[in-house]
Amino acid sequence: MTTLAAVRLPATAASRRYLAAGTFIVLGVIDIALFGLNAHAGDAVFALSVSGAGVHVPSIHVAAGPACFVLGAISIGAGVLRVVTDPSPRVKRTTIGVALVAFVLTLLCWADAGNSVGSLNVILLLQGTMLAAIPLVLGALSGCLCERSGVINIAIEGQLICGAFAGAAFSSLFSGLWWGVIAGALAGGLVGALLAVFAIKYRVDQIIVGVVITTLALGLTNYLYDRVMSVYSNTLNTGNFFGTTKIPLLGDIPVIGPIFFDSSVFLYMTYGLIILIQVGLFYTRWGLRVRAVGEHPTAADTVGIKVLWTRYRNVILGGMVAGLGGAYLTVGSVGTFTPGMSNGFGYIGLAAMIFGRWTPLGSVAAALLFGFSKQLGYVLGLLNVPVPTEILSMTPYLATILAVAGLVGRVRPPAADGKPYVKS
Amino acid sequence: MSDKVQAGGAPEAAGPDPAVPGTAGAPEAASSQTTGPAAAQPEAAKPVTTVQPKATEIVTTAAPGTVTAPGGPGRPRGALTGNVIIQSVIQGSPVAVTLLAIFAALVIGGILIVVSDPVVLRAWDSFGYAPGAAFSATWNSVAAAYSAMFEGAIFSPSTISSAFHGGSIAAIFYPLSLTVFAATPLILTGLSVGIAFRVGLFNIGAQSQFIGGSIVAAWLGFAYNMPAVIHVVVCVLGALAGGVVMGWLVGALKARTGAHEVILTIMLNYVMYYLLLYLLSTPRALQQPHQNNQIAPTVKPSAYLWHVGGPPPQANAGFLIALAAAAVVAWLMSRSTLGFQFRTVGANPSAAKTAGIKVERVWVVVMAIAGGLAGLAALPVVLGGGIPPPPLTTSTFGTYGIQGITVALLGRAKPSGIVLAALLFGALDTGGTAMAAATPVPADIVQVLQGLIVLFVAAPPLIRAVFRLRSASGGMEIAGKGWSG
Repeated sequence: MTTLAAVRLPATAASRRYLAAGTFIVLGVIDIALFGLNAHAGDAVFALSVSGAGVHVPSIHVAAGPACFVLGAISIGAGVLRVVTDPSPRVKRTTIGVALVAFVLTLLCWADAGNSVGSLNVILLLQGTMLAAIPLVLGALSGCLCERSGVINIAIEGQLICGAFAGAAFSSLFSGLWWGVIAGALAGGLVGALLAVFAIKYRVDQIIVGVVITTLALGLTNYLYDRVMSVYSNTLNTGNFFGTTKIPLLGDIPVIGPIFFDSSVFLYMTYGLIILIQVGLFYTRWGLRVRAVGEHPTAADTVGIKVLWTRYRNVILGGMVAGLGGAYLTVGSVGTFTPGMSNGFGYIGLAAMIFGRWTPLGSVAAALLFGFSKQLGYVLGLLNVPVPTEILSMTPYLATILAVAGLVGRVRPPAADGKPYVKS
Repeated sequence: MSDKVQAGGAPEAAGPDPAVPGTAGAPEAASSQTTGPAAAQPEAAKPVTTVQPKATEIVTTAAPGTVTAPGGPGRPRGALTGNVIIQSVIQGSPVAVTLLAIFAALVIGGILIVVSDPVVLRAWDSFGYAPGAAFSATWNSVAAAYSAMFEGAIFSPSTISSAFHGGSIAAIFYPLSLTVFAATPLILTGLSVGIAFRVGLFNIGAQSQFIGGSIVAAWLGFAYNMPAVIHVVVCVLGALAGGVVMGWLVGALKARTGAHEVILTIMLNYVMYYLLLYLLSTPRALQQPHQNNQIAPTVKPSAYLWHVGGPPPQANAGFLIALAAAAVVAWLMSRSTLGFQFRTVGANPSAAKTAGIKVERVWVVVMAIAGGLAGLAALPVVLGGGIPPPPLTTSTFGTYGIQGITVALLGRAKPSGIVLAALLFGALDTGGTAMAAATPVPADIVQVLQGLIVLFVAAPPLIRAVFRLRSASGGMEIAGKGWSG
């Protein structure tokens, strides 16, 4: 990947080195000057257990000022390391992680120290992160499935909103939450099928058709909501949703249990899909064929793989995964459908997929990052911290811009992504 | 069925049967050429050159009956005008495809209106007793909705009769002024997306550029006192600059780092939304004094755009700015060196680079222009739309950015087409509001109609299959190049 970038744009490798290092050093200076020097005296308290938990884990107390100085120094150190040596990709990625974690920790130390409202509950923050990330992860997985087979799926947003609508409508209609889950997935699959027909059969530009289908899906759900769902809200939008389900044994582990194993059913389904898609794409014959179709459809066709069929199947499957994410928005979290409730999650999922270099695990990491920054804004708002929440909400998008602009290295899409296949 | 023929592609186009080149025709091959350049296969040029002459023949037959159809049964020269129209429909000229797409969308929209209408559904329940009532209820439901839409957007016959009885003549033109008002920002965002299309870039960021323009224009409008005309000019330049900066940022990042403009623009849309939110909730920035809501102060009267029609909102001088912008873009694309470079890069970036055009520079320049156009789109909304104009809020940018994409697609990225498409969408938006007021059908149906129209226009093979047209012309000549383009 790096060599490819070097051939095409020789200046990027060098400039990226300084861009990344500069960013880390700036972050370190912010850690020290903004948070460290302005921190209130006293300890930052991080609560590690929720009320009513079986085992009580003592909270962590950290002296805020010194902690900010140390973390800032670490971040600057990472920047210097990046300039002085030319580390391996693995080390590069680690330095990014170190600088980001240091930044977030100093922010939290500064916000929490001497706060009169209360101490920061790490468990609730991370629980919220996992839940906020569900639609993003599923959207990103949908993108992976489609784009690995060579079809750009920019209609994730449309699949989410249709899934959300169908989830609310059918779970209310049949008064069964699982009906909502199934209907949501099917609705997403239907939007995926529409995308597939236009992208594969009619060979319309895939970005264009994705945007148009999203517009159409938003308009259609808005219309049906106003005309039908809000009128018959007693039968079509009753607002039932899944509560939390605790996995026995695993859910009782202190700290980890409440975050990962005492949560929504959708989170467990997401775990399953992540493993299924990661293993499926990279360790099975099925995945090898999908990737072959996405990278070099002509070669794949030559050895007898049905290119168009593979693409149809993957786009529809991807739509179903995103539709499931949409169902989470209604039957998984709030119950009732409101127009436009997908709120750009589909586009963030798309960004997460690109951030994660078109791999399921990478996408999940990126989606968690987005989910975390969203939840962080919420938690800091609860603590009455004088950070403009708008600026905080902006960070994931700025981070994506930095990412695609080369901070995490040049990302390379599947070679045939977005190109219709015409058998010759 | 037409798909099968296309899958065969260009080689069959050389066949003797006149129907075959008609179905498999040039734009299909041309679009594969525009999609293909990343692969840069020299063979890709071959089939195009063999097909191209056929296409021009078809186009000339669609033009007033002079030449007979290629190889077809000899038709008399100088055919009747009616015949020409029928021919152009059957051959599927771009205009015919667009009109049929609108028709198909209206039909589907009508079905949607009917199946969600409880009155109609009840009438169909008693179909056995009163079949006539079921049909008339269906017809009434659709007719009421669409005629309310028409009266709200174009003109209402009742205003004419009332004008004869001492009413206001201006009232006749009121719906049209609403339509023009709604269309004005769409023309500019449509041009913004369209000009980027012509270079092969996909500008989803008209929204962020619109916000950039609106922030600067609103701030100049309320924070400073200036003489009347100068104030407007300053605001226009400010909106232009605000948009240019946002567009330039995208172009520069793409040119320097190779980042894909679709991701950059989507992300910038959110960044600018939150920036606007931040500025509008910060008292010393854009927030109205003594306000807790996110709302800016109203602009000074000296910055109002000259307007016509009313009661507000009404068509304003922004429409003239939009038309002028369309004219400038048309001149730029077809007559200037820069436009030639734009089109060359759009057709084939590799070839353009070989020919000595600085592709990266063209990206930066076209994105700056696109940004400027979308920034100008903020003017009619921020400095017009009522007296005083409604102040800047977090909902001012509306859906103009996204609609710009659909307008540009419908207008085939050509300035004249974009103006017409924007007027159509403006009429639909205005009519939708009127329809929602007059009938129980919600205005959201308009969004469905607009989406359907563009979906059909974007897929000419589909509309040809539905209406059994023969020609392949009327295709969309816009093609992106995937992520790696």
